[in-house]
Amino acid sequence: MSSLEIKDLHVSIGEKQIVKGLTLTVRSGEVHAIMGPNGTGKSTLAKAVAGHPSFTITSGDVLLDGRSILAMQPDERARAGLFLAFQYPSEIPGVSIANFLRAAVQARMGEGEELDATGYYKRLYSKMDLLKIDRKFTSRAINDGFSGGEKKRCEILQMAMLEPKFALMDETDSGLDIDALRIVADGVNALRSTNLGVLMITHYQRLLGYIVPDHVHVMWDGRIVKSGDKSLALELEAKGYDWVKKELVRA
Amino acid sequence: MSDVTETESLAAPLADEAAANPVSGIDQTAGNFSYKMDYEFDAGTGLSEKTVRYISSVKKEAPWILEFRLNALKQFLAKPMPTHWATKDLENINFDKIRYYLASGQKPKRTWDEVPDDIKKTFERLGIPEQERKFLAGVEAQFDSEAAYSNIKDVVAKQGVIFANSTEALREHPEIFRKYFGKVIPTGDNKFSALNSAVFSGGSFIYVPKGVKVAHPLQAYFRINAENFGQFERTLIICDEGAELTYMEGCTAPKFSTSTLHSAVVELVALKGAKIQYITVQNWANNVFNLVTKRGVAHEEAEIKWIDCNIGSRLTMKYPGVVLKGRKARGEVISIALANDGQHQDTGAKMIHAADETTSNIVAKSISVGQGRSTYRGVVHIPKHLKGCKNNTECDALLINTNSRTDTYPAITVRGDANSVQHEASVSKVSEEQIFYMQQRGLTEGQAMSLSVNGFVNDLASQFPMEYSVELKRLIDLEMEGSVG
Ligand SMILES: Nc1ncnc2c1ncn2[C@@H]1O[C@H](COP(=O)(O)OP(=O)(O)OP(=O)(O)O)[C@@H](O)[C@H]1O
Ligand SMILES: [Mg+2]
Repeated sequence: MSSLEIKDLHVSIGEKQIVKGLTLTVRSGEVHAIMGPNGTGKSTLAKAVAGHPSFTITSGDVLLDGRSILAMQPDERARAGLFLAFQYPSEIPGVSIANFLRAAVQARMGEGEELDATGYYKRLYSKMDLLKIDRKFTSRAINDGFSGGEKKRCEILQMAMLEPKFALMDETDSGLDIDALRIVADGVNALRSTNLGVLMITHYQRLLGYIVPDHVHVMWDGRIVKSGDKSLALELEAKGYDWVKKELVRA
Repeated sequence: MSDVTETESLAAPLADEAAANPVSGIDQTAGNFSYKMDYEFDAGTGLSEKTVRYISSVKKEAPWILEFRLNALKQFLAKPMPTHWATKDLENINFDKIRYYLASGQKPKRTWDEVPDDIKKTFERLGIPEQERKFLAGVEAQFDSEAAYSNIKDVVAKQGVIFANSTEALREHPEIFRKYFGKVIPTGDNKFSALNSAVFSGGSFIYVPKGVKVAHPLQAYFRINAENFGQFERTLIICDEGAELTYMEGCTAPKFSTSTLHSAVVELVALKGAKIQYITVQNWANNVFNLVTKRGVAHEEAEIKWIDCNIGSRLTMKYPGVVLKGRKARGEVISIALANDGQHQDTGAKMIHAADETTSNIVAKSISVGQGRSTYRGVVHIPKHLKGCKNNTECDALLINTNSRTDTYPAITVRGDANSVQHEASVSKVSEEQIFYMQQRGLTEGQAMSLSVNGFVNDLASQFPMEYSVELKRLIDLEMEGSVG
């Protein structure tokens, strides 16, 4: 059983404070959904946890299996089992999906261990088939000229190949068509059953219909202001954020 | 005589890597070592008429060659440094402090067993004998001023192919080589071609007879061992009508605190319908001034292709060219330059169209890292009276971090509307977001930069013979991983 603990996290960009004291624990096999208005700091939270150099953690801590990861480089955090499915994945011209993932898989192997190329391709193809990604994509440069939905599917392919302990999925649903949404959800559910813990940032109830969350949190101005079970997402969809805001003012 | 100076211990981890990588190809990454040698022949320090006469007499040259050298020396001394257009760093070359000729013997050996131990060890560490067994038609291995080893496989020799160093070739086959020697690149072409013409030694002279297609590459490897040394090899390749050849050169030198000069002249002649592919993958230490003149003449329907990969050196100035002399001749330059901190890659291409329906293609990619600086200079010349000529030029620059600098100076003079040219240029950056993205997948910063750079040159490298694309990738990996502070 693994855990990812975010403790009273404060994150700023330059002088600007964006995440203002956020606490949340995700355990293996759990799915936590984070919802909240644009610009409240959801992506900032995810990138800061992954170690993006633009963000400064001014106080608080992030623990993976009880050990702080804040001193670790982004690649060390990744190899320790953290995966970020980006809201806006970068394009890397000239670097094919096959070569990139191969390097990423190799990076997780011990010194002197050599990747078995045949086995690797077998696994890659089976994951692609599962996610209904055309095998031709293996030779395409990562995200280069991909449609919005293709990029998101490529993120999930990488996640499936790298088998993280925890995935931070930042609006993976936006840009996916209805069929793709179901395919991606099936993929995530399959990984969940193997004990993947998920922190899922989304704006829409629809995804949560497919990937049923254990907990739903509302993020507002850098903090979690309300938590509940899956019904909270439905309530939000029906009433909008104004409802949360009013509750906040009342409190 | 056999103290090994290991300036940095690059050798050990690389040996592991080579073992882990079955398609290891060529390995020039382990070049930072040198041996203390007692040179039997030493022209001393500095350059004068005496130096030139010494070199010529040691080589027992014909009088016309001595004449050629002395005339070149005059031209070298008379010519100013090209600093009105090129970098002022050239002024830091101190010609009085350079050793112009160092050799342990005159005749290259035909088997590795006969090669003196330390020299043999050098080339073994660089993996040359192994490559030779694996995929080469012949190898010449030059150590400072002279070839220590030179061999061509029997099957190739039986086809009438001549593969010799400059001294040997001019002595034994003047009827073949004299006609073209110094004609493609005249002595006075530039200050450094004049310098080379005065003190040249070593290099490859190759003749491929009519219709002979050499199936495997011939390779020369130029190794600088001594400090304060200047290496001035001279190469002349003639492919007779319909002949085909791939030639590959590799170069390394140990890193010294003083500067080293490498100034070669390479002339290619492709007669009617001949094809020459000339591949350079070089990895100089960053104290080397690498100032090389390369040009080929392509006759009717002939093809000359330069593949030029420049990694390392303090300053490289090199603009391989093709004179398209016969109808339907084709010229191509594929250039990859990587300028890391403290390095300046001033590279490019020249295409001189001199007949109808000639075509040329230039693809130049440069990578600038940190304080590294890349400059592209191109010349494409198509005179008005020609018809049906085409040029395509593409220059792409990749910048890694904001301090890098890149300049492009394309000079395209195309007259007449019966010809067509296309020019494209791009500058892109490896962004912090891209690096973070790759790191988030578990790659180190250095690996991420390596991947970006390899991705940038991938469309070119994938056209190279496999051994050389593997080698290029390895050099890039090493260079990028070393550049992360
Ligand atoms: N690099 C940056 N420089 C300056 N401000 C930034 C930077 N990145 C994010 N911000 C600001 O931080 C705030 C939070 O942004 P963030 O991307 O975390 O929001 P979000 O909750 O993910 O929004 P959305 O739902 O639109 O994706 C926003 O006001 C944004 O403009
Ligand atoms: Mg966001």
